[in-house]
Amino acid sequence: MTDISYTPPQSGSRMAKIVLRWGLYLMLGVFILFYLMPLFVMITTSFKSLDEIRTGDLISLPREVTLEAWRTAWSEACTGIQCEGVRPYFWNSVLIAIPAVLISTLIGALNGYVVAQWRFRGANLFFALMLFGCFIPFQVVLLPMARMLGLMGMAGTIPGLIFVHVIYGLGFTTLFFRNYYVSIPSELTKAAKVDGAGFFRIFWSIFLPLSLPIIVVTVIWQFTQIWNDFLFGVSFSQAGTQPVTVALNNIVNSTTGVKAYNVDMAAAIIAALPTLFVYVVAGKYFVRGLTAGSVKG
Amino acid sequence: MTKWFEEHLPKLVLAPSFIVVLIFVYGFIGWTAWVSFTRSRLLPRYELDGFIQYDRLFDSPRWDTAFSNLFVFGFLFIVIAMILGLILAILLDQNIRTEGAIRTIYLYPMALSMIVTGTAWKWILNPGLGLEATVRGWGFEDFTFDWLVNPDMAIYTVVIAAIWQSSGFVMALFLAGLRSVDQEIIKAAQVDGIPTWRVYTAIIIPAMAPIFLSAFIVLSHLAIKSFDLVIALTGGGPGYATDLPATYMYTMAFSRGDIGQAASSAMIMMAVVFTIVVPYLYSELRTKDD
Amino acid sequence: MAPILEINNLFKSYGSVEILKDINVSIEQGDFLVLVGPSGCGKSTLLNCIAGLEPISGGTLSISGRDMTHVNPKDRDIAMVFQSYALYPTMTVAKNITFGMKVRGVDQATQDEKLKQVAGQLQIEPLLDRKPGQLSGGQRQRVAMGRALVRDPKLFLFDEPLSNLDAKLRVEMRTEIKALHQRLGASMVYVTHDQIEAMTLATKIVVMKGGVIQQIGTPSEIYNHPANLFVADFMGSPAMNLIPATTRMNGKGLEVEIARANGTPITLIDTNNKDLPENVILGVRPEDIADASLRGGEGRQEADCMIDIVEPAGADTYAVMQLGGKHVTARLHAETGAVAGQHLNLAFDLGKVSYFAPDTGERLN
Repeated sequence: MTDISYTPPQSGSRMAKIVLRWGLYLMLGVFILFYLMPLFVMITTSFKSLDEIRTGDLISLPREVTLEAWRTAWSEACTGIQCEGVRPYFWNSVLIAIPAVLISTLIGALNGYVVAQWRFRGANLFFALMLFGCFIPFQVVLLPMARMLGLMGMAGTIPGLIFVHVIYGLGFTTLFFRNYYVSIPSELTKAAKVDGAGFFRIFWSIFLPLSLPIIVVTVIWQFTQIWNDFLFGVSFSQAGTQPVTVALNNIVNSTTGVKAYNVDMAAAIIAALPTLFVYVVAGKYFVRGLTAGSVKG
Repeated sequence: MTKWFEEHLPKLVLAPSFIVVLIFVYGFIGWTAWVSFTRSRLLPRYELDGFIQYDRLFDSPRWDTAFSNLFVFGFLFIVIAMILGLILAILLDQNIRTEGAIRTIYLYPMALSMIVTGTAWKWILNPGLGLEATVRGWGFEDFTFDWLVNPDMAIYTVVIAAIWQSSGFVMALFLAGLRSVDQEIIKAAQVDGIPTWRVYTAIIIPAMAPIFLSAFIVLSHLAIKSFDLVIALTGGGPGYATDLPATYMYTMAFSRGDIGQAASSAMIMMAVVFTIVVPYLYSELRTKDD
Repeated sequence: MAPILEINNLFKSYGSVEILKDINVSIEQGDFLVLVGPSGCGKSTLLNCIAGLEPISGGTLSISGRDMTHVNPKDRDIAMVFQSYALYPTMTVAKNITFGMKVRGVDQATQDEKLKQVAGQLQIEPLLDRKPGQLSGGQRQRVAMGRALVRDPKLFLFDEPLSNLDAKLRVEMRTEIKALHQRLGASMVYVTHDQIEAMTLATKIVVMKGGVIQQIGTPSEIYNHPANLFVADFMGSPAMNLIPATTRMNGKGLEVEIARANGTPITLIDTNNKDLPENVILGVRPEDIADASLRGGEGRQEADCMIDIVEPAGADTYAVMQLGGKHVTARLHAETGAVAGQHLNLAFDLGKVSYFAPDTGERLN
């Protein structure tokens, strides 16, 4: 306390401040390169010819841009014995993802609505059971699920995969809606009850119109999860019903013919496009889902 | 009748989900647990036979590799992703004008499938044509970076790709945490003349302890479930050098037709998740739901 | 005619915790019943039970003679105004008000007519197309009232409807609710923790504590004849002075002696009461202690007291002194000559005092 001429570090020399600032930007820039490099390499490689790939280097721009690899990846690349590209598998993923997202979101919304607004004895236990279901390693259900799908006649079918994704997505969708709906005062439900509205009327007229943000978060989360899924896809599909992630892996690891890295990259980008698109368009909601899924309660 | 129906409607709405979860989560866990105590091979058998599958598992060198890989991979992945995520969050917290755009770039890998990530990194790390060849092309003829095909180093390529994929997410968590620290405390510290780095180490980071816990839980959960990335990047190879419990389980279940081994390895995975997640969930549910 | 609301032996428990114990209340058409008590006393739970929003564990409840114990809220012919107003956020004010009618299938023409009538009554016509988010607290309050009024129910229920408003608005709305009650002649049950609201609005007050009714009565009964120490302390601001005292009978009446820290005890003679136990708690409202030089006379007992603190409050001046080991507040006329640290001759009006048993807290006179 004797040193009355003490100056806080903020007002240190201007020079030091500028150097610090540039150092900061430099570090941020290095990390930008780290994160963007793989995407950059994927894109440039996909536009190169195989010859150029063999001679040129990884990070150079293509000397001659060719769409050949994209065409091959989309409709000709071999995923084993079939050589139809990723196109049919892309549509498989669409056919799996859309119904599975819609169904799991709808059921999750109803579940969350009940758990948050119609508390009854055991509702919290139900929620805890659901929540724990989010965390199990799915390996632990693979074997019985394969048998169950066989018993239900859905083994290797697209409805079978939809079913699996709905079931194991319910924990998260319920969690999202429950956490959203608990923040809505229960007096709203009470007022609607006094007004004479029933269970579904209250859900439909009052809660659903309020739910747009959480619906977006849930749909994006579920879509990303299901589109990017590999484990269920590879375990429960057969030749014609594989999702795009499985097809991509098969193309990359198919041992027949020359390794066509440009085709691999084009196929990878095609497989990544839908979720990347969603991320770019609705990144805010994507991040909200990620953090909501990890910070519980 | 209608009154009974009306009164129990909420329960009726939950009932299908409840039944489904009971069967498809808890029932299935039970089934797998049961089978892990039998002599099941190609087909499941239901006569209990003690710990035979677990004995086989722990005698298997392949499982040994897979299990120790989990800890090497898990430890490095979690620690580096957390440190990197924290650094990125702190860097971005310095009033960066283009923060939104930079955040978007750091986080986009999280939107990709692990298969896509694995495919991309497999190409980049390919010794013949990838990074190694490129750096050699720049004139560094002795540069070698053959981790992908080196059995001793291949697991670290998985670590690199996994960190690339997930560290942006850790950053997002931490950034949210940094922003949620009471601004008045920070202002008070600044008025007291405390240097910025001390404000971080003494005030902000300790206040984020719960976020560290969440990040740890999520990352360890990701580590244990890691499957797609290994399949796409290394296929578990060279040999089985990069096997993880998840790939071991899958191989046993669907390639080797060894249901007993698949079930017992899955149960071990379950046990690992259990020891990490259950205390966390328990404390969360207790504090949040009175 | 059957009472508009009759509650008999109502019990309510969550698991093993009893929230409401043996509640018995009944009100007639046109009554304004206020349930008052500290937070956690069960008053809101009781209101929710009346509304049918909480099932009751025992007892019966009837509205207008019909047993409603197990009837759904919508069939009880009630309307309710909530603390947070509970306006439907995605609906306009008009839709908020007509939602109940819409659910019940009332035809559009009737809906419009009733909406118009209620909107006029509450002067909210300019707000009808807005969403609740665009309204001020007072406006939301009006809309919530409108939603209740449009129902034209047998019984209105209010759950602390004014507690989210600022002080000035709260007083205005209080007057408005009172005016509304007088105009409609409707029956109302109103929950509040604010004893002034209770006093000003009620025709009948129920004071609750710990899930048990402490006293039921008109505001004047509650105020002047509190049934126990809790009611005496809870109702009135500043609170009733509760002073330990000893009594004995002598020729002139009941002699009440209050100890003082330094100096002789005060002795007051009460001619209205007799034969009380030796040790009592004497309850005196602040306004029943006056400056003897300004307001002496019949039935008043004078005593010289040392004034510790003087708090001028505009219309009144409060003087605080130590009697019987307690702070005792007197509400004096603003023109009093009371000065802190000096003695003042005070007049105690023993005609209105209460006596309580120190052990049970029950009223003795």
